[in-house]
Amino acid sequence: MILMWSIISVLVENKPGILFKVTNLFRSRNFNIDSISVGITENPEFSRMTITTLGDEKQVAQIIKQLDKMIDTIEVKRLDEKMSVYRELVLMKIKVSKPSDSMEIMNIAKAFECEVHDVRKTSIMVELTATPDRINAFEDLVRGYGIIDIARTGICALARGGADES
Amino acid sequence: MEKMSGARSLMVALEKEGVDIAFGLPGGANLPIYDELYKSNIRHILARHEQSAAHMADGFGRVSRRPGVCFATSGPGATNIVTGIATAQADSAPMVAITGQVPLKMIGRDAFQESDIIGISNPIVKYAFQPHSATEIPEVVKKAFYISSTGRPGPVLIDIPKDVQQNEAEIPFPSEVKIRGYHPWVDPDITQIERAIDMLLSAERPIILAGGGVIISGAFAEIQSIAELLLIPVVTTFKGKGSFPENHPLSLGPIGMHGHAEANKMMTEADCVLAAGSRFSDRSVGTFEEFEKRLKIIHMDVDPAEIGKNQTTTVAIVGDVKASLRIMVKMLVQKAIKRHEDYPWVTRMKETKDYYRENLKLHDHPLAAAKVLRKLREVLPHQSIVTTEVGQHQMWASLFFDVIHPGTFFSSTGLGTMGWGFPAAIGAKAAKPGVPVVDIAGEGSFNMTENSLAVSVLDNLPVIVFIMNNFSLGMVAQWQRTFYDRRMMAIDLKNCPDYVKIAQAYGAQGIRAQSLDEIGNAVKTALKSDVATVIDIPIDPQEDVLPFVAPGTPLTDMILPS
Repeated sequence: MILMWSIISVLVENKPGILFKVTNLFRSRNFNIDSISVGITENPEFSRMTITTLGDEKQVAQIIKQLDKMIDTIEVKRLDEKMSVYRELVLMKIKVSKPSDSMEIMNIAKAFECEVHDVRKTSIMVELTATPDRINAFEDLVRGYGIIDIARTGICALARGGADES
Repeated sequence: MEKMSGARSLMVALEKEGVDIAFGLPGGANLPIYDELYKSNIRHILARHEQSAAHMADGFGRVSRRPGVCFATSGPGATNIVTGIATAQADSAPMVAITGQVPLKMIGRDAFQESDIIGISNPIVKYAFQPHSATEIPEVVKKAFYISSTGRPGPVLIDIPKDVQQNEAEIPFPSEVKIRGYHPWVDPDITQIERAIDMLLSAERPIILAGGGVIISGAFAEIQSIAELLLIPVVTTFKGKGSFPENHPLSLGPIGMHGHAEANKMMTEADCVLAAGSRFSDRSVGTFEEFEKRLKIIHMDVDPAEIGKNQTTTVAIVGDVKASLRIMVKMLVQKAIKRHEDYPWVTRMKETKDYYRENLKLHDHPLAAAKVLRKLREVLPHQSIVTTEVGQHQMWASLFFDVIHPGTFFSSTGLGTMGWGFPAAIGAKAAKPGVPVVDIAGEGSFNMTENSLAVSVLDNLPVIVFIMNNFSLGMVAQWQRTFYDRRMMAIDLKNCPDYVKIAQAYGAQGIRAQSLDEIGNAVKTALKSDVATVIDIPIDPQEDVLPFVAPGTPLTDMILPS
């Protein structure tokens, strides 16, 4: 049994209670959701959910079938990492303990092309939109200064144009 | 458009779906519905507990193969039907359950008799609706019946707030509905069926595993044609029991934890299985790994999510089981494919069957389960419908009560709901009033819903309750004897109550039968009776259900009677 991360893109009816049904399906089948992001689409009748989950091949295939079976799902796709674009947004409040911290943090943020939103004497808040790996790398670099708060959106993804989607 | 109330539009919509009978209990939040029932032509059967109302609708649905309808009020009424809905879901039975809900403005305020039945029922319904306006009701009803009865059938809940029932509006009645995320019809893939035929022909030891899907889709003739053309022995799952006549020379009966010894034996010797409408439950296959390691599996199912859920398949055929089998039969006939009598696997089957039927020791008691149930079979007309409760008697019925007429045996096989058999029998009787209906029962199980005797008597739905009374929770007792070193805990029901008197108290007929002759006579009396009959048969509390495959072990490890 080889566990792997999978990104599942689910187009659903934009109606109340659907998020509950989708997450309850994962729970009742004993599956874990690592992250989930939801938003409406170009058609206001539909929402798109991007779900990342850890499981072996058989488990992921099964959860996709169960999602497909749900009457409120319109389309369920498993996204291939190489054939899709996926991003996550993070807001991070980093501690500034001494004046030199501020400069160092700003430099790292610049290298990662972060947006800096809130600069105070004791903290800096940055925003980074990137792949989860890149966000993790950034987090590793600034951890030494002290991270006060983090909010991550979870992955949002779409298959590339012409990609062989499955 | 005519102006009418939501409740009125519900009745009209139900009548348009052909509903002429419904089971339920009124309460505060569904009174507007009951007020319209008063004016409608739908026959209402007043249950004595909402769970029983749901089981009646379930029994009606399984027998008539169209959704059974039940009503319950909000709060406790709604939570009481939860077990009934879960039972229907586990066995893919068509049902539409309609609950009252507190008024829209009160939802979320912990109102009197408010329960979040939409949230509670989510994992156990095929779908759930909560219309927020009277104008939505007919469309919701149409969708509910469509979803419940198509594809893999299942229970659909409609939860209607009281003010939505009361509000008057000009209400449209759609003649058809479209649900864009629901595609119950899949045409079976012809090339996969061709591959399946090749596999069955090249196999040395093929076997057919007929599941509940054969009964739901009514594919009795198709299964029989394939078995006879290709001379393939047929085993069934417990839910598929009676999908193939059990007196047929190729029939081996159900496999599984309490399967027939010959069925389990042949299943473990087979090299290729055609599984039709089976979900490979743990109770049927023992261990998943052992099963797929040994066998090439052809899996036919209407539900694509069942393919590969429990077993890795070699060939998957998604689609209605009857449609798939019909194509297979057509191909066999067109190509004039037949197998001849001399192939060794059939000889092996006959030997195995004869061996176990001659050598399996039966329990030594004048009222051993085998004797009691064979007596019932002897006197009961073949087209009779049989339901069961849940427990030892249920597994004995699987072992010793042969179903001759396909599709006449029903049980709570998936959820294993004690108390299901009797109300389900009443629902079955409502669906087919002209046919005798028998609930093969244990007293522990019957005890849970016995107050439905009032319904059976007052609503003129006479069924026969055939109690194999061992004065204990027998299956639990058996497990305690087998796995818990005979530490007998909480199983003794102490011959209480007296079921003959219970029957009489409800105005039904109660007969105690203490010998095989008395059993035969009691059933004959019951068959002629205009009221429900409870036959109380004292059996040996020490009898175990054997063969027995312990949970999580392969079918090869049968515990046989010694």
